[in-house]
Amino acid sequence: MSGVWVWMEQRQGAISTISREAISAGRNLAASLGSPLTALVFGHNVGDVAAAAFGLGADAVIGCDDETLADFRVEAYGPLMAQLAGQRQPQVILAGASTRGRDLMAWAAADLDAGLVSDGIGLGVEGQTVMVTRPVYAGKLLAKVYVKDGPQCLSVRGRAFPAAEPTGATGNVEWVTAVVAESDLPTKVIGFESSEGTVSLTDAKIIVSGGRGVGGPEGFGPVAELANVLGGALGASRATVDAGWIPYEHQVGQTGKTVSPDLYIACGISGAIQHQAGMRTSKVIVAINKDVDAPIFKLANYGIVGDLFKVVPALTAEFRRRLGK
Amino acid sequence: MKVVVCTKQTPSTTAVFTVRAGGSVSWDDPGGKPNVVNPWDEYAIEEAIRLTEKQGGTAVALTLGTEASQEALKTALAMGCHEAILVSDGAFEGADSLGTARVLAAAIRKVGGVDVAFFGKQAIDGDTGQTTVQVARQLGWTPLTFVSAIQAIDPAAGTITVARLLEEGKQIVTARLPVVISVVKEINEPRYPSFMGIRKANRAVIPTWTAADLGLNSSGSKVDWSNVFALPARESKVEMIEADSVEEQARILVDRLFEEKVI
Ligand SMILES: Cc1cc2nc3c(=O)[nH]c(=O)nc-3n(C[C@H](O)[C@H](O)[C@H](O)COP(=O)(O)OP(=O)(O)OC[C@H]3O[C@@H](n4cnc5c(N)ncnc54)[C@H](O)[C@@H]3O)c2cc1C
Ligand SMILES: Nc1ncnc2c1ncn2[C@@H]1O[C@H](COP(=O)(O)O)[C@@H](O)[C@H]1O
Repeated sequence: MSGVWVWMEQRQGAISTISREAISAGRNLAASLGSPLTALVFGHNVGDVAAAAFGLGADAVIGCDDETLADFRVEAYGPLMAQLAGQRQPQVILAGASTRGRDLMAWAAADLDAGLVSDGIGLGVEGQTVMVTRPVYAGKLLAKVYVKDGPQCLSVRGRAFPAAEPTGATGNVEWVTAVVAESDLPTKVIGFESSEGTVSLTDAKIIVSGGRGVGGPEGFGPVAELANVLGGALGASRATVDAGWIPYEHQVGQTGKTVSPDLYIACGISGAIQHQAGMRTSKVIVAINKDVDAPIFKLANYGIVGDLFKVVPALTAEFRRRLGK
Repeated sequence: MKVVVCTKQTPSTTAVFTVRAGGSVSWDDPGGKPNVVNPWDEYAIEEAIRLTEKQGGTAVALTLGTEASQEALKTALAMGCHEAILVSDGAFEGADSLGTARVLAAAIRKVGGVDVAFFGKQAIDGDTGQTTVQVARQLGWTPLTFVSAIQAIDPAAGTITVARLLEEGKQIVTARLPVVISVVKEINEPRYPSFMGIRKANRAVIPTWTAADLGLNSSGSKVDWSNVFALPARESKVEMIEADSVEEQARILVDRLFEEKVI
């Protein structure tokens, strides 16, 4: 059993950011283990994407191009992954911990009878064993986890590893055939309602979030404007989502999204423990709150005590000036 | 219809953790109950109850855990589940997700005749969200994860249509029953247990199934979770930006953020 495999998630011909992070994590792991790095690219019309994986650090690429793989369906991708891994016995299979990566790794691990560890934020090697550091209990503690024997299926959390940047490297993709025919697949994708166009919270480098302090749906206006000027994503506390001021997609926290941006600006958010659970690993945290005793200031790097309706527009104006926007 | 909802008892969201030498973890919640129904599972319980309210049939709550996790099952009963089963055996202690999935799948098989098994998006202790698909694999059923709405279900025809909440939108999928479903928060608003429900739950005798009852020896876990440690403290101390005007505060803060290289 040897080799490190990375599943490269692609949508409409573009490799997702979290997969570029996974392959850079895989590259280091392969180097420490002294084994080759293989990228897996599945989909339909993915010739270019598969070839691009060489440029992201893969030593070899296994591709599968089939109509059944056009939409991600774990019932189509899972058996393919499990069959390939069963035949070729890699030591480690890695993916980004996206909705798709999570499902795929769970499927592959179940079929391979392999240990499974999700949401790695650190990977190391002791002897020939891969050690995964991951948050547990909503990020209140960390665990160093390893798989006792057999292949290991791992996923890495978004923004925990730097994304691989393309080099000019090229190579020949090995193409394999799909293993489940359309007529044998138990699901059909019959529609898609896109919410794209908005910046994805989990990929965002900058997040500006509003809490109950924004006072109502219109109150998100200035917060969204600041996010916009910074090219960031708009976040929210659960209180505002529950009040119906903003859709659930924006919720950050224990029962929302876990984010880890370079900069997190919390506006009118008290900083409840459940909110912190979703954002505490942000690199720099700024809190704007009129209550000097708000718990968010205990976590923040920078704080401004004041009315967000004055402070946020002032910040937006200052950023506009500096960024020439 | 017969539906199962798998629910785990987890530490409360406000629990405070202590790690002892050797890595064992304990917790307490100074302000409330230290253990709760996994918050994500409340949506699964609600959806299971709603489905049986609409279609008729029974909703069975299932927990793998210690004797103490009966409390989670009582909450499920109080909300409106018809039956509850605790799976508990020393042999299952420290089960990883595949181990948990094997045990839950065996229990779902023993319940028998199940059309839909509901799960939460993830359990807030391990935050892994992988049990659902792994249970589906053990049962040979179709997994439908991150479901934000059941758009249609026809038990007679054996079909279901759901919306799945993915990163960049909602995927609408049809599948054949039986299915294993994990739900996200968007799917419903969980009800509070009724007074009658709580009384009924308190009187309920919850059966316990052991490894022998399920024909298993152990969970067969492979992942070693024993090395848990406290987070390195966030070394930052907050710098409060004070000045005579908000414009001046904004200027100072923006300077700092450029120095931090996060813009
Ligand atoms: C099981 C469970 C799961 C949960 N999951 C989440 C989760 O995922 N995410 C989450 O966020 N919460 C979650 N919560 C809720 C959490 O406990 C808090 O209730 C919530 O985060 C509070 O939101 P908030 O900070 O916006 O509101 P509040 O706590 O009401 O805080 C509002 C803040 O705004 C300030 N403010 C008011 N007006 C102004 C103004 N004009 N200018 C500046 N500041 C102002 C106030 O001083 C106050 O600090 C969860 C709770 C439970 C029990
Ligand atoms: N011990 C358990 N007993 C019952 N259900 C569980 C157990 N562990 C996990 N689950 C279910 O699986 C879901 C996902 O859990 P996890 O994969 O651990 O994040 C939870 O929301 C529960 O519905």
